[in-house]
Parts: sequence; C-alpha cells; structure tokens
Amino acid sequence: MTEPAPLVELGELSFERGAHLLVERALRDLRPGTELGVVGTDPALVIHLGAWCRSQGHLVRDPEDGDAAVRAWVVRGRTDIDRWAHAERAGGPRTDGIRATAEPHWGLAARGALVEPGGPAMGFDLADRRYVWADIAPSLYAHAASAQWDPASAIQWDAEFTLSAEIERAVVQVMTYLVENEQAALVIPARLLSRIHPHFREVLQLLAVQAADEARHVEVFTRRALLTGGEMGTSSASGRESLATLVTEPDFSLASFLLSVLGEGSFLNLLTFLDRNAPDPITRQVTRLARQDEARHVAFGVAHLQHQSKVDSSLRSRLRAAVERRHDVLSNSAGLNQDVFDSLVTLAAGEWTPQAIERGFAAVQRLQGEMDEGRQHRLINLGFPADEAADLSALHTRNFM
Amino acid sequence: MTLIMGAVAYDPKVVTIWSGFRSWLLENGIDFDFVLYSNYERQVEDLLKNQIDVAWNSPLAWIRARRLADVQGRRLTPVVMRDTDQDLTSVLIVRDESSYKDVADLKGETIAVGAVDSPQATLIPCSLLRASGLQPGKDVTIQRFDVGVGLHGDHIGGERDAARALMAGDVGAAFMIDSNHLLFGHEGTLPAGSTRVVAQTPRFDHCNMTVSDTVPVELTERFGDLLLSMSYADPQVRPLLDLEGLTAWRPGRTTGYTPLEQAVDEAGFYDAGGAITAADYRP
Repeated sequence: MTEPAPLVELGELSFERGAHLLVERALRDLRPGTELGVVGTDPALVIHLGAWCRSQGHLVRDPEDGDAAVRAWVVRGRTDIDRWAHAERAGGPRTDGIRATAEPHWGLAARGALVEPGGPAMGFDLADRRYVWADIAPSLYAHAASAQWDPASAIQWDAEFTLSAEIERAVVQVMTYLVENEQAALVIPARLLSRIHPHFREVLQLLAVQAADEARHVEVFTRRALLTGGEMGTSSASGRESLATLVTEPDFSLASFLLSVLGEGSFLNLLTFLDRNAPDPITRQVTRLARQDEARHVAFGVAHLQHQSKVDSSLRSRLRAAVERRHDVLSNSAGLNQDVFDSLVTLAAGEWTPQAIERGFAAVQRLQGEMDEGRQHRLINLGFPADEAADLSALHTRNFM
Repeated sequence: MTLIMGAVAYDPKVVTIWSGFRSWLLENGIDFDFVLYSNYERQVEDLLKNQIDVAWNSPLAWIRARRLADVQGRRLTPVVMRDTDQDLTSVLIVRDESSYKDVADLKGETIAVGAVDSPQATLIPCSLLRASGLQPGKDVTIQRFDVGVGLHGDHIGGERDAARALMAGDVGAAFMIDSNHLLFGHEGTLPAGSTRVVAQTPRFDHCNMTVSDTVPVELTERFGDLLLSMSYADPQVRPLLDLEGLTAWRPGRTTGYTPLEQAVDEAGFYDAGGAITAADYRP
C-alpha cells in the first residue's frame, strides 16, 4: 500500500501574506520529485503558487478529478538542496573552533556559520591564527567591555579649583600632547582591525574597544584642556614625526609591539606621574581613568607577542630590528616637544621657586627612569635577555609613545 | 569560430550576467562573445543579417526572427530557454471592492496595460480581451504605460505603473504577469488583499536562445548541451543563474508561443513576413 501524498493546509492565507513559508516547511523533508498537495481558499492561490514555484525551481501540476480539496500539486525541485550542497562551516562558534587559517571566502560570515560557497573573497590579509590570535583576547575583551566608563558622568567636571595661569598652561600643554598621542593610538588599532579576518572576532572586538577607549581619552583630555581657557597647546613636528613611524608600520606584530608594549607601556608611567602630580581633581581623574584602559592595551600587546614568539622563532629578531629601524628614522629628530617636557617639570614642581623646579626636574628624570625600567621588564617578559632589553629600551623614542 | 551572441541591455546587470557567462563558456571550451543592443528589433535584424550568430531573444523577438527567417527560407533554432520561461500566465486584476466579476463586466472601462511591445502585459492581454468579446479601443479603453519601448516588456516599470494607476483609481483594471502580481503584493505597490483576479491568460513561454542556421550544427549542439549542463550546485555558476533568473536551462520549445503568435496577428504588430506594422511602435 502506498503512503498517502503529503498535503499542506493554508486556510485563507495568501502568498501575498507569507503562505510560501508553510509550503516551504512542508517541502523541506520531501525528496526531490515528491509531490505535495496544496490546500487553501485564497482565490489567487494557484496563480501565486505557480509564480513562486517557478522562481524556486519547483514544478506545479494541476489537480485531477478526485483530488478533492487539493488546489495544485507541487513537484519538489532541488534548487534549495543544490544551493547548500557544498556549504561548509566557518570553523566553530567558540574559541576551540578557531581554525589555523581563515578562508578568504568566509568573508564576514559569523564564525561557525554554514557558509554557502561562491561569495566574494574579502581582502583580510591577516588570516593566520599564529599571527593574529592570543588566548587572552576573549577575557580581555570581556573585561574591557565591562570597564567602559561614561566621560560625562565618570568625571566630576564641575569640581571647583583654582590654578595659577602658568600651572593651567602646563596642564593644557600636557593635555594637548596626550590628545595627539591618543589619536595615534586610536588610528593604529582601527587600521589593523580592518585587516584582520573576522574569524578571529575576539581580537577585532578587543581592538574595537581599544579604539573606542582612545576615543574617550581624546574626548576627556580635550575637555580638560578647554575647561578654563579655550586654547590648546603646541604640537611639535618631531612629536608628530615619531608618531608617524607608528602609524605607518604595516606589520601587525611590529605595530602592536611598538604601540602597545613600548609606547603605551611608557604611557602607563606617564599617566601614573600625572595622577600623582595633578594640580586639580579633574586632571587626576582623567589620567587615572585613561591609565586603567591603557594597562589593558599593554596586557594584550604583551600576550599577543608572547603567543607569537612560541610559534615564530624569528620574532624577537624582527622586534629588535623594528626598534632599531625606528630609532634610525628618528635619530635626527628632537623627540619630545620641549614644551611638554617643561610642562611636566612645572606640574611636578607645583610652584616657581628654584627648589621646587629642581624637585620637578628630578621627578621627570625619575619618570624617564621608570619608563625605561618598565620597558625593560616587558621586553624580558617577551624573552629578551636583560642586556639586550636594556639596549633596546634605550633606543625607544624620546617622545615616550 | 567565435560564437557571437546578441543581448538587449534592459538593465546594467546584463553586462555582469553575460560577462560571467562568457568567462564560464570560454573556460568550458566554447569561443564565445556578446554584443549588447538597446532594443530587440535591431538585434533580430542583425541576427538575420548574420551580424550575430545567436540572439538571447524575447518571445516577441523570437516571433519576428522566425517570420523573417521563414521568408528567406532559413531556419532558426531555439536551442535553450530558462526553466522560468515556461508556462507563464498574466492576470487581469481589479480593485477588491469593485463590482467587476469577470472580463465582460469591464465593458466601457479603462484598462491599464504595459508597454506597447510587452508580450505579457499588453499583447497577450489584449488578445484575451478580444477572446472575451471586448475589442480594445472600442469596447474598452486601453491605457498603455510605455516604459522601455523596444525592450519587449523586459522593463518592469510599465507593469508597475499600471498597478499604481489601478490603485489610484485612474483605471478600472490592469494586466500584469503573475509573478509581478505577487511581487507588487510583497513590495506594497498593491497592498495584499487589495486586488482580485478576474481573468488569467493561457500559459505562454518567454525568452529563448535563438541560434542562426549559419552556425554549424555540431557547435549549436555543443553550445546547447553546455548550457544545459550548468548546475545550480556549482558555486561559480549559481550567482549567474540567480542574476539571470533561472535555476536550470531547459531545451528550447516553440509550443508555448501560440498565444503570442495569435496576439501579434490580431494586433497587426508584425506582418507574416516579420515587418513591423504596429503604427505607434517606435523602439
């Protein structure tokens, strides 16, 4: 005895109002060539069913006498099956599903999605897990996402304070310098993340939050600079020249090394110094909040390079060469804007007496020493011998970032 | 020999489609190229002047080409057509709240159709009116929406304008192909449930790939077989099939052109020898 032919009951539902969904569902598990009876009362049902079936690769057969309520028979085609015949999963959705290489044609598909073959190959040139991934990225991203602060409310912008014009000018100069550096730190991860295959989405997410962090830093430093006067400080050619060498570094690892490990690493010391020597509560708050974020950026940079040094024995020599190359490019450049240096001394001095200036000058020298120590420490963490770490740290730009 | 096909550029995507097909055919051993025409009439004339070897013809272009060939004692082959070219119908619709129940009720009304040269939205529909006892221009007023004249109805604009005229109350009924009635329902040009079908044309076929008798039989067969072998499962081919609106090529047939042949004769669109005789047709 043969099985009765399957039927789909549409009631009054028309194809103009979504009837195809019920037909599609009824066809899904049928073999190509099998017939499905369509029952329904919409006057245009047969007309629209015919048009829809044509577009979907199904055939339609008129009912015969004795087919009772059946308005038309759909002969199942195979277009939908063929479309997915060679589909593949773009790895797995969780981190254990990350593949060694992300395929270009996966493009923007979600990791783990069933990918129809034939889409455009996207130009994500950073698609090798070895050069992109760090195991710490997911947890750092989660931490970064939870640690986002609102510039409008996290800082007490209406706190009252009075500073002498010269101290205020020093604050404005330092803020101007910080904005310039943070803009470099915004552009660099943004440029890199547009090159990373979205298969490594946690790295993209982390870099995106990193760029967003810098966007907030740019905002709060600008707002502090403009709080009392309305005029920004100076920007030196040598400072911008130093930053340009960071922005133009095309290699992901080297850019991450120069920016996060060496540059932002040095900035951690600078922001601690500003927190300690801030002449007003708002300057203290903005530098403290920025420092929290920068610590995360440094942690990712170090973790990423530690991961990479395990799989790439040539990494350390490439890092070394990058530092030396940057040093050579900047060898004839003054480095730090003199206005910035003097402002840091002024802030640490706090007043215009010879003793205070001497104290301030010594504090900035200590800061430079702390930066050097911090860089050496991180270089040793990356596997450099102590003497080499000391040599390389000494070659770092005088512009701090 | 290089097989040169003519196609009508009714939309910019035509370049994408035929460039893709050309690459695929070249990879598969057929030396193929294409030229684009602004209208079907020149394409048909060039096919018969042996300027091109193959024409991707509308049904109306096929009819004219066949008539011109017959006069010269030549024979054209409709080697393949899309699966979606077979067994189409057009519908005559009215606003749901109107009192019209069938075609005869529309006597004295104005009926919207597509472009003058649209098989599905003008020629076959007018033939349906005649078969139902209504002479176009006499018993009913025909309001034409001449968008893309020369494109033989490939441009959807005329049918969409006809649908809009119906909804605006400017006409009492409108003709369109079945799939556009569904499309206009989805896109909201005709809100779902706002129209009613009062008549449906007989089934008819649409485009075919017309090969000239100057092409060696072996090459015609190889070309046809290769197109028929294109599989929707092939990721290289699928985007082209999607763009051209088919899921598979089918062997060409001429049985589905009877309604249009009759409509062309009734309207005096072409004469038996393929000359353009429609007075108000300027492609």
